[in-house]
Amino acid sequence: MGYFLFFLLAALCVGSVLGMIISKNQAYNALFLIPAFASLGGLFGLLEAPFIAVVQIIIYAGAIMVLFIFVIMMINVQKGVPPEKKKWTLYLSFGLAVVLVIELAVALKAAFTLPVSTETLKAGPVNLGRLLFTKYLYPFEITSILIIAALVGAIVLVKKKEQE
Amino acid sequence: MIPPNYFLILSIILFVLGVLAFFIKKDLITMFMAVEIMLNAANLAFLSLARSANSIDGQVIVFFIITVAASEAAVGLAIILLVLRQKKTIKTEDIKLMKG
Repeated sequence: MGYFLFFLLAALCVGSVLGMIISKNQAYNALFLIPAFASLGGLFGLLEAPFIAVVQIIIYAGAIMVLFIFVIMMINVQKGVPPEKKKWTLYLSFGLAVVLVIELAVALKAAFTLPVSTETLKAGPVNLGRLLFTKYLYPFEITSILIIAALVGAIVLVKKKEQE
Repeated sequence: MIPPNYFLILSIILFVLGVLAFFIKKDLITMFMAVEIMLNAANLAFLSLARSANSIDGQVIVFFIITVAASEAAVGLAIILLVLRQKKTIKTEDIKLMKG
């Protein structure tokens, strides 16, 4: 059952990312990303991270994609990008992707043979919150400063300059 | 239980697909989406290694990554809107201020 769920979610995720790469329309691209992020949330659940799975679905598949679709709504969706004249950039990027796969596989080879713990992970919101407010208290507080900075920055950037 | 290796391999595939999308796509918004895919692949790698090490520290790191990604999306989309307002386009081919 676990394997079936894993392969189903993995196929859904990779399939929607491939759909995003193939599709030419920005709005469809954003819509393709929603099942990708939602199935990633399911995969996080399979990895015994239920809280992160829920956060993933709420923030990524919810908030961030709404933000993207909102911006696409403000932009006139143009009819696709005309086909690329320079084909060699396409081939070059495929070649780079193959090289990157090999490089990452070599880099993560040590991780593939790690001993796998079979104990169940106690990863409920209680344990996660306790860790967040003890060991990771300072990063947590710094995150709040980061969010304030991002909010103010985004508002200042988009604000129209007042006429003097 | 599914071995965490499977998740690691999936995260490699997702990361490379994100890089590929970033190179192939020609408009800023879709390139930005590709960055989000790469961040998610990193999250998956963190969680699978946390699972194999049987510690939840990795999950806290993923929590921080999601927060940073959300604020990054807000600022990035604001910059894209600014580029659109000044250049009237978001295609990377038409934005060539430094190309001379």
